[in-house]
Amino acid sequence: MPAVRHVSAKNGDVILLVGTMKGAFVLRSNGARKKWDVGGPYSIGSPVYAMAFDQRQGRRRLWWAQQSFRWGTVLCSSDDYGKTITEPETYSVKFPPESQLTLKNIWQICLGRDDDPDTMYCGVEPAALFESHDAGKTWSPVEGLLNHPHRPKWVPGGGGMCLHTIIPDPVNPKRMMIAISTAGAYRTDDGGMTWQARNEGVRAEFLPEKYPEFGQCVHKVVQHPSKPERLFLQNHWGLYRSDDAGNSWKDIANGVPSDFGFCMVAHPHDPDTVYIVPIESDEYRCTPEGKLRVYRTQNAGATWEPMTRGLPQKDALETILRDSMTTDTCDPAGIYFGTRSGKVYGSSDDGKSWRAIIEGLPPVVCVRASLVGGGEKSLPRRRAVTEKKKTVARRTSRRATSVKSKSVRRARAAKR
Amino acid sequence: MPVTLRIPSYLAAFAGGENSFLIEGLPTTVSAALESLWKAQPGLRDRIVDEQGQVRPHINIFVGEDAIRFADGLATKVPADAEILIVPAVSGG
Repeated sequence: MPAVRHVSAKNGDVILLVGTMKGAFVLRSNGARKKWDVGGPYSIGSPVYAMAFDQRQGRRRLWWAQQSFRWGTVLCSSDDYGKTITEPETYSVKFPPESQLTLKNIWQICLGRDDDPDTMYCGVEPAALFESHDAGKTWSPVEGLLNHPHRPKWVPGGGGMCLHTIIPDPVNPKRMMIAISTAGAYRTDDGGMTWQARNEGVRAEFLPEKYPEFGQCVHKVVQHPSKPERLFLQNHWGLYRSDDAGNSWKDIANGVPSDFGFCMVAHPHDPDTVYIVPIESDEYRCTPEGKLRVYRTQNAGATWEPMTRGLPQKDALETILRDSMTTDTCDPAGIYFGTRSGKVYGSSDDGKSWRAIIEGLPPVVCVRASLVGGGEKSLPRRRAVTEKKKTVARRTSRRATSVKSKSVRRARAAKR
Repeated sequence: MPVTLRIPSYLAAFAGGENSFLIEGLPTTVSAALESLWKAQPGLRDRIVDEQGQVRPHINIFVGEDAIRFADGLATKVPADAEILIVPAVSGG
């Protein structure tokens, strides 16, 4: 067994959570994000497909899903970065017996809205959504999705029939988007009671009907909280954007070497900026031409540019899976991704340059980052500055208007 | 004679540190023996069987030297003085 190391962190540090096929790692750096301490492995030997860091209400709680091929899948947590671990006596995420389903894996751990600090969600395989309203102690399946009439026609993708994406709407508490491989994107507008397929315009290359109501193999959907109507989608073939909360989708694969890929992340401060790592072909599933390139759009998909500085551009046959890319909330933003070959790369300048943070890990299946003390959804610094500037500008403008009005009134009075 | 039930050391952490249990009441099947075990050690249930009560696929249960997967599964008969052994299967990657 490998020796287990631990990290500790203080406010202003950045925590990088890395889930692998043989356990979880917790990395820590200061705000510069140049040197990283490595903690772990935790849940040694078990795949860890989902991790999260809950900082709401002053918590510093790590969550991860331990998928033991022997003992089943269990949610673990730690309030001290892994030094002490809580593994519940009885499993908290499990299907009711009447469902006739058995939990295979937890693919996503998602925190609820900031104004709902005890709510959490899990996306699982076989595809279902679980919710907790007591900060992760007890969980229950969302019945509206569990009993969805489409369920009998959902089929597993290569990784299994997983619910891998959960996007609680930041404005409308009744609205949520989820994504399932292979079923597509679904949205509820009534707090989870009913769910509608939201795949209009998304192509299903592998089906006789190319634009079905559902059955698409969506790999990831992302949203920027400041623009909740806009969503970006990386499909099993296809890059898309929606400007109407998923009601319809437009192809935005403009200038990418392949529109196949798994991962996708939104920039934490700019709703027009999104990152992907294109993968070559459905069969090959490695980076095209042996070049490891992150592609970035800064204009909501009108154009994409390769970000390569510091990334290998020769013989780099890499695969980056759907949850293996993430951002922190620093400014400039940290962008991170992990590969199936066990490397984690990071950028601390919005993706302009990259460096290997760690190599030699087991295959990476999940990467998450958090600014400690920064809050997952706090107003980012650049946006805060922008908002402040806008407020100052508005005040100045109001004063200017007021001055102008007075001078106009004086001039009019003089004329009279 | 009560039935003896042994679990792997990994699971002892969820059973008060014990890895051997005497099952009183003369259970006649593996299923009945496990039900008695769950009552005494609730932390073992989810790790050995799934939500549907089926033994997890990479766990083997033996009554004496006989694997229950080649007998009658959880309905396999348990003699009065039997030893039930729960072990992780040789699998993985």
